[in-house]
Amino acid sequence: MNVEYVAKLARIDLSAQEIETYQNQLGSVLEHMDAIASLNLDGIEPTAHASPVFNVLRKDEIKPSLPVEDALSNAPKKANDLILMPKIVE
Amino acid sequence: MSTAYEPVIGLEVHVQIKTASKMFCGCKNEYGGTPNSHTCPVCLGMPGVLPVPNEEAIRRTIQTGLMLGCDIAQICKFDRKSYFYPDMPKNYQISQYDQPLCNGGGVMLGKFAFPKETQKDDIASSKKVVRLTRIHLEEDVAKSTHFETSSGIDFNRAGTPLMEIVSEADIASPEEAFAYLKTLQQIVQQGGISDADMEKGQLRCDCNVSVRPVGTQKFGTKVEIKNLNSISGVRRALAYEIQRQSRVLSEGGSIRQETRGWDDPAGETFILRTKEDAHDYRYFPDPDLMPMRTDSGLLSEAQARLPELPHQREVRYMNDYGLGDYDANVLSSDLALAAFFEECVQSGAPGKACANLIANELMASVSSDASKLAESPVKAAHIAELAKLLEAQKINSKQGKEVFAEMLVSGKMPAAIVEEKGMSQISDTSALEAIAQQVIDANPGPVADYRSGKVAALNSLKGQAMKLSKGKANPQLIGETLERLLKAP
Amino acid sequence: MNPAFENITSLRAKLAARDITPTEVIEALRARCTQVEPSVSAFNHLDWDTALREAATADASLPLGGVPIAIKDVIAVKGQPCTCSSKILKGHTAVYDAGVIERLRSLGAVPVGRCNMDEFAMGSSTENSADGPTRNPWDTSRIPGGSSGGSAACVAAHEAIASLGSDTGGSIRQPAALCGCVGLKPTYGRVSRYGLVAFASSLDQIGPFTKTVRDAATLLGAISGRDPRDCTSLDQPVPDYTASLEQGVKGLRIGVPKEYFIEGMDKDVEQTTRQALDQLAKLGAELVDISLPHTNYALSSYYIIAPAEASANLARFDGVRYGARVPDGKDVLDVYSRTRALGFGNEVKRRIILGTYVLSSGYYDAYYLRAQKVRTLIRKDFEEAWKKCDIIATPTTPTPAFKLGEKTGDPIQMYLSDVFTIAVNMAGLCGLSLPCGFVQRDSTDLPLGLQFIGKAFDEATLLRASHAYEQSTEWHTRRPVL
Repeated sequence: MNVEYVAKLARIDLSAQEIETYQNQLGSVLEHMDAIASLNLDGIEPTAHASPVFNVLRKDEIKPSLPVEDALSNAPKKANDLILMPKIVE
Repeated sequence: MSTAYEPVIGLEVHVQIKTASKMFCGCKNEYGGTPNSHTCPVCLGMPGVLPVPNEEAIRRTIQTGLMLGCDIAQICKFDRKSYFYPDMPKNYQISQYDQPLCNGGGVMLGKFAFPKETQKDDIASSKKVVRLTRIHLEEDVAKSTHFETSSGIDFNRAGTPLMEIVSEADIASPEEAFAYLKTLQQIVQQGGISDADMEKGQLRCDCNVSVRPVGTQKFGTKVEIKNLNSISGVRRALAYEIQRQSRVLSEGGSIRQETRGWDDPAGETFILRTKEDAHDYRYFPDPDLMPMRTDSGLLSEAQARLPELPHQREVRYMNDYGLGDYDANVLSSDLALAAFFEECVQSGAPGKACANLIANELMASVSSDASKLAESPVKAAHIAELAKLLEAQKINSKQGKEVFAEMLVSGKMPAAIVEEKGMSQISDTSALEAIAQQVIDANPGPVADYRSGKVAALNSLKGQAMKLSKGKANPQLIGETLERLLKAP
Repeated sequence: MNPAFENITSLRAKLAARDITPTEVIEALRARCTQVEPSVSAFNHLDWDTALREAATADASLPLGGVPIAIKDVIAVKGQPCTCSSKILKGHTAVYDAGVIERLRSLGAVPVGRCNMDEFAMGSSTENSADGPTRNPWDTSRIPGGSSGGSAACVAAHEAIASLGSDTGGSIRQPAALCGCVGLKPTYGRVSRYGLVAFASSLDQIGPFTKTVRDAATLLGAISGRDPRDCTSLDQPVPDYTASLEQGVKGLRIGVPKEYFIEGMDKDVEQTTRQALDQLAKLGAELVDISLPHTNYALSSYYIIAPAEASANLARFDGVRYGARVPDGKDVLDVYSRTRALGFGNEVKRRIILGTYVLSSGYYDAYYLRAQKVRTLIRKDFEEAWKKCDIIATPTTPTPAFKLGEKTGDPIQMYLSDVFTIAVNMAGLCGLSLPCGFVQRDSTDLPLGLQFIGKAFDEATLLRASHAYEQSTEWHTRRPVL
């Protein structure tokens, strides 16, 4: 595993020291996981839900929204009912 | 000799679905509003919240699929698509990866969907079908406003149900892309799926475009163009990009796989990002959501509300009312217009005459904007009555135009206007014979000319008869009557 | 008696008879916390003023009227902090009540305190907390287990009458065992997850920590049932779990899986568990040897599935809409990367990276998809077992509570503490741990737990067997000296 690349994907800034530590620790964790690499899993369906039921949906009905003050009450930076971030450039 | 290049185009179209509430929460699905006033813990991605899918959004996606001839999946699911962006509350989007609701299908490009000046080209009449890859359902993201050094985020739009309609790379010109989008827009509007207003972002389009030397099969390197907010903008952006790519290649350069934006005022595309920072979306089935079966009622409910599609209506108008292809297309391309037409013919008015009046006089009076029909003083009853008067030859077409102009001002019914202005045409045989006889008796010269073989003399006699009747004689019939009396022994 | 030492059932009797008021109960807990909290550190946050205000208006005639329940800091209570013991949520106040909190309130209960935990429920010792570790009430040099260590310790230390925790791979049962209380992980879909900050969505479940099995039955009944805001909560009838408690274990077939009693296991754990099984046999249960052949693969597949889901679930902690944000972020990427670097602790970072990796392009099939298939095999193991038995009994943990710092440097050793509890989550079944004896370490008595595993939505049998065992022993009557 390339810890540096994966950490970038996950948007976590890591120091060189952390990269090295995680590289070692996760390397041995992955070795442990190789236990399942040897299993023959041909024809086995994957389980995504312990007890799947279908079509758990809701009716198209409007429910009250939060007051704007509540919606923004935890925002670190806001102005004019907007949540602020450094300028977004794609 | 320089090589000629041809484009290969595929479109990804996002359509917001017109539901009462959002895709995964009960917040109102509404354009605009005070920023962040249509938000709740779910669409803000607060810790601990869970999504619950809106069944109506699923039904409408299935309905869209049916209207476009897609195969509707029997079983499908939602997946998480991970990428970090400030307008994404959870930093993953709930979408559909390998099991979309709809697969396949296609969009037929009708002649009148093409830009006006290209409707005479062969391709416009070829009834080309652009194949669809898939349609899947997902949630829209928030909207950002950009300031000098910061951006402000409004989550009102976050969680709006959104369909992504993906075409095959079947589109061969900017004009076909134009026709494809026009047709798609019309279909989702008429199906009641979406208002599909591009200015409001209810319909958005990303283009994948590459070029290759004419006659070759291998696809060139494709470029994605984003941020297109009008159908004509898509056409312009594609035209520019095709030219750019062709120029680069003919100068010996190569095309990089990249994403570009479209600067409409400047009329050029510009680079947004290159492939090196391409995303790794890390799709996996969303454990918060259960799989869906469409055979449990969702499919049959969508089928039950399938509307007549524009091209089906067009054919019906041509067959049932004998309309020409232009009138049939104009009337079927807009739901309000079609409803107006059908109201006219329901009262027994002749279809062709009604269609003519609507497509020409009425549309001109509202500057071809069907949405203004409701405000016009001219209602379906007016058109129906006027069409009947014309059909029965009570008035001639020139008088018809006069009556229409008067209706537009006063809103009076056509029969009343005809009465008031004393326009009623004389079509009665004995009355016409009396007028004709009087003209023959008073004009021995032209009569003699006619009888000696100068057929043109009839026109002068006809003019005299119209004058005598103060313009009320049916012009065609008075001509026939004169001829008959002159030929009589 | 000091009201802090009451359990739900005994306290309710006194509240209903007006022998005590809800306010007096809160005052008693406050006094107890003042006394023992400095040495236990079970709570991240205690707001006695709010508790007293809510107790003052509590309707004592309701089924849980006036009963304070401590809440793990991962379950949203409107107006209270909800930090998941993470720096990234410092200062975050929940703007809504979780489904379970709504249910508790409607029955008259008062949510009190925010229980310490491993950050975002990732850990087995409650050492991964931005608020510092919680200590085991039986020996404060030892860990209380995790991730719901605070929820277990506060009940064991009688700082709370009962509490709620969450269990993704053993996070209720393992600390319950190590702290000597009752901990129940309900069947997946039994209890609403709405308002539970997600760690691994397909495995997480909220459940009670109590002093007695009867209390566990009461509290489970209170929080169970379908919630339309959680698609994974199932529409299954909620029985009165207290009604069948006295039915005993006569004729009950208890499966004993050989994979849970292996060469080299802790002798004390093995002996204590065997004694508990003998006791159950004496009570009339029939012990049946069974096999759960894929047990060894549960841990590996769990450490693929849980981090994978977590990597997406924790992506929302980015400093945009709530929580901490680095003040000087120069652009969006910088805000994200440094906020998350400073906000998350080591274990959380490790698991996010692991989870991101197993889902990333080219690795999904080799890891995530295979792990989901292993999950199918684990489920099938249990389906086979249910042909032979009604319930399964195992040790809850491989060892008694270990020392603080003993395993923090070695993630795999830490992960192995959940080796007996993980399969239950992978199969979506219910599990319960209750005290089954004490072992001595450094001349101190440490509790051990017996785990019962039940069929999906058959918590009633789990509770009935547990009650029969509990009532025939005295383990649950012991109190740590603090």
